[in-house]
Amino acid sequence: MATETEEIRGIGHSVRRKEDDRFIRGRGNYIDDVQLPGMLHMAILRSPYAHAKLNSIDASAAQAMPGVVAVVTGELMAQHNLAWMPTLSGDTQAVLVTDKVRFQGQEVAAVIAEDPYVAKDALEHIEVDYEPLGVVVSPQQAAADGAPVIRDEKEDQSDNHIYHWESGDKDATDQAFSHADVVVSLDTHYPRSHPSPLETCGCVADVDPATGQATIYMTSQAPHAIRTVFALVAGLPEENIRIISPDIGGGFGNKVPVYPGYVVATAASLLLGRPVKWIEDRTENLISTGFARDFHMHGELALKNDGTMLGLRTSLQADEGAFHADAQPSKFKVGLFHIVTGSYDMPAAHVAADGYYTNKAPGGVAFRCSFRVTEASYMIERLVQNAAYELDMDPAEIRRKNFIDKDQFPYESVTGFVYDSGDYHAAMDLALEKIDYAGFREQQKRERDDGKLWGIGLASFTEVVGAGPHKDYDIIGIKMNDGAELRIHPTGKAILKISSKTQGQGHETTFAQIVAEELGIQPEDIKVQHGDTDNTPYGLGTYASRSTPTVGAATAMVSRRVGEKARKLAAHLLEVDEADIEFNRPNYTVKGAPERAVTIQDVAFAAYTNFPDGMEAGLEGSFYYDPPNLTFPFGTYAVAVEVDPETGVWEVKRMVAVDDCGVRINPMIVDGQIQGGLTEGYGIAAMEQITFDDDGNCIGSNFMDYLLPTAVETPKFELGETVTPSPHHPIGAKGVGESATVGSPAAYVNAVIDALQPLGVKNIDMPLTSAKVWEAIQAAQGGGSTA
Amino acid sequence: MEVTITVNGTAHTLDLEPRQLLVHVIREQLRLTGTHIGCDSTSCGACTVLYDGTPVKSCTLFGVQADGVEITTVEGLLTAAGLDPMQAAFKEHHGLQCGYCTPGMMLVGKALIEENTSPSDDEVRTAISGNICRCTGYMNIVTAIQAAAAATTDAPANA
Repeated sequence: MATETEEIRGIGHSVRRKEDDRFIRGRGNYIDDVQLPGMLHMAILRSPYAHAKLNSIDASAAQAMPGVVAVVTGELMAQHNLAWMPTLSGDTQAVLVTDKVRFQGQEVAAVIAEDPYVAKDALEHIEVDYEPLGVVVSPQQAAADGAPVIRDEKEDQSDNHIYHWESGDKDATDQAFSHADVVVSLDTHYPRSHPSPLETCGCVADVDPATGQATIYMTSQAPHAIRTVFALVAGLPEENIRIISPDIGGGFGNKVPVYPGYVVATAASLLLGRPVKWIEDRTENLISTGFARDFHMHGELALKNDGTMLGLRTSLQADEGAFHADAQPSKFKVGLFHIVTGSYDMPAAHVAADGYYTNKAPGGVAFRCSFRVTEASYMIERLVQNAAYELDMDPAEIRRKNFIDKDQFPYESVTGFVYDSGDYHAAMDLALEKIDYAGFREQQKRERDDGKLWGIGLASFTEVVGAGPHKDYDIIGIKMNDGAELRIHPTGKAILKISSKTQGQGHETTFAQIVAEELGIQPEDIKVQHGDTDNTPYGLGTYASRSTPTVGAATAMVSRRVGEKARKLAAHLLEVDEADIEFNRPNYTVKGAPERAVTIQDVAFAAYTNFPDGMEAGLEGSFYYDPPNLTFPFGTYAVAVEVDPETGVWEVKRMVAVDDCGVRINPMIVDGQIQGGLTEGYGIAAMEQITFDDDGNCIGSNFMDYLLPTAVETPKFELGETVTPSPHHPIGAKGVGESATVGSPAAYVNAVIDALQPLGVKNIDMPLTSAKVWEAIQAAQGGGSTA
Repeated sequence: MEVTITVNGTAHTLDLEPRQLLVHVIREQLRLTGTHIGCDSTSCGACTVLYDGTPVKSCTLFGVQADGVEITTVEGLLTAAGLDPMQAAFKEHHGLQCGYCTPGMMLVGKALIEENTSPSDDEVRTAISGNICRCTGYMNIVTAIQAAAAATTDAPANA
């Protein structure tokens, strides 16, 4: 037995990713790569109308085509009680239409064929008789008297209103506003966007009619939750359902919900006794799967003349689409929007929200954000800038004056959050220093004198991630607690099985690093298994930046549980009392005699070959983590732009992002997450939007209409960090994957509005296309030409 | 229609339906699944392969158009000597996250550094502007391609 001296690449090391070895060779295993013997292919017929009564479907011509095995309609699904399914918000959603279509792109019928080309060909031969109905494409239309009732099949539904939800103290907020010197307001539509992972959604359903075993390969961010939903929907015994999430080509929230295609493919496989593959094309992905945002928001901020914030009032109408299929904790109807007081010590606040059905695609998912915190962060950070202008204060100064101070943590907000830790001044000071804020303001003056439009925008966001404590957080009743199982093999190598599912975040590397830190096994010697419900512990999956706060914590805790036994074994090997054993990573040593040491490999071998009498063999454990609180990452983003007054084109000159996500497990991966989020945030601010015409036709059904940032438009980012550990997380970490998408849109927009200050432009709704910016400039100049 | 397509140095004589897309020939007939499909409309570049050395989007070409052509896919980057410098650089510089755009990005990078042994940041960004990455924000991809260019230039000519 010898001491090990090589440094363990645990927390804080930029370990190169283990998963990359297969991806750079083209040997990933994504859903469309799954090929099973006898596999059939499914294609879905979708509605061209946004709202229309279904009079009849004639599938006989399609059915007769060579190579077509079956055509599935709503009528057939209804015979098996599968025409409708529950959503993650406790509503119902049509699997295949039986009565009427409610959005363009809705699933009407499915063809199962021997060949994918034939399946698509056959769709053209299904005759459907529709009777168009009146269309509703906004919450305002949905709430109007005489609006067509979209969900008239629901017994208690006589209009399009879904829910009313409030948070905070209305009376206290009204009182605060009555004492205000100044009230600033903002009305804005946070546009409908789409996560658009580069890989679309799909599945391969393989149901064995003899055994009833259903193995379903699926692009799912939450395979365990899906398994339980399938058990409830289809009445299949849960032990016979195995969901396997293979490699996933990006998720960003789009791959959380259950989609009708999954249910139809599974039913088809059950009926036909052969595996059935269904892979969306891009248009199907954009027009029918989980969209994001689409909040019509009003906000008011009450202040004293010296800039002190007194109260915040917000109301919003959520456009939920035709089925209420948000994926968020059931207690919170608009997710965690009530974090809207942001980074500020706000004495009073009130949030009121109303959700409406419209003839648009369902599924308000958290697109790279923690349940609607993106909309909230945007609202407060835009209001703060408006307040600064109104009071003739610097936007940095008004933030500084109102920040929750670092000695106020844990800080209880008026909407009920307990912020765990933060140092907002430090993050903003660093961002201002890095971008040379004072110098930029000087230059801005000079440029303005020359007729140029330069602006700088800030956003000092607070995120809220890691849902969550069992008392408050569940999805369809299932508590949001996650598990980890760790097994150390006799040779001292290990396998870690986790409930979360990577879609590119690098779980196979970072979670190994947590074990490495706790037990002294190198990360490359730890295999991380995820995504297969038969072989991993239960949990609610990866979204809302929850993997590190929940599964990361479970991983640390199970490592410590295994570590307790490792100490007993070390004491046995070193023939001392357990109390005399110290863990000096990577060695277990005797107190006062550090030369007497064993490694985890010695200990692991002993666990199977030489353990004391009375001790159970083996070295393994499991842990389910119930977070005591959420974690609250934060930061300040600073963006400098120049707007061309002739064209409305705006160019990011510099973008500085200072993030504080507590302890960083793998700094390289953290920076990568931030760079990606800043890009998606830029896309949302500048170009990404799904719109609909008055007939409910989706404008934005392909990547030529729904624009994503390419390398040419994407700004170059300059990153900075502060580290304020989470006091309640076992390793002090907070989530980070979504901070940048949450925080950055307001920073980009604030920068453009700041540039347009001399013209008096107060707001432009996202996305800030050059046409919209140009129009705002024109309107501010009284419609006169700038030429 | 019978065609002969050379993929990663191996000639394949195939009987293709004229409407079959090249990407489906590569993925389904030849089972080279490193080439991905992201958009079906030439917008995302996940299906990029090299067509006689030039990057093309294989979702917008018919298989029969590749008759007599040499195609390189991501699987063709690996040699007996090991990883191509482009592959090594993508891993070293964290130029990938979900991995879905990665094969296309690496192949565009390969074609670029054939022509330009020391591309600037802007030159790389222009070269990959037909390839969308939703995860990384491009910075590390640019760095990786530049590093691969440097590694390729520095390597002995006849190694």
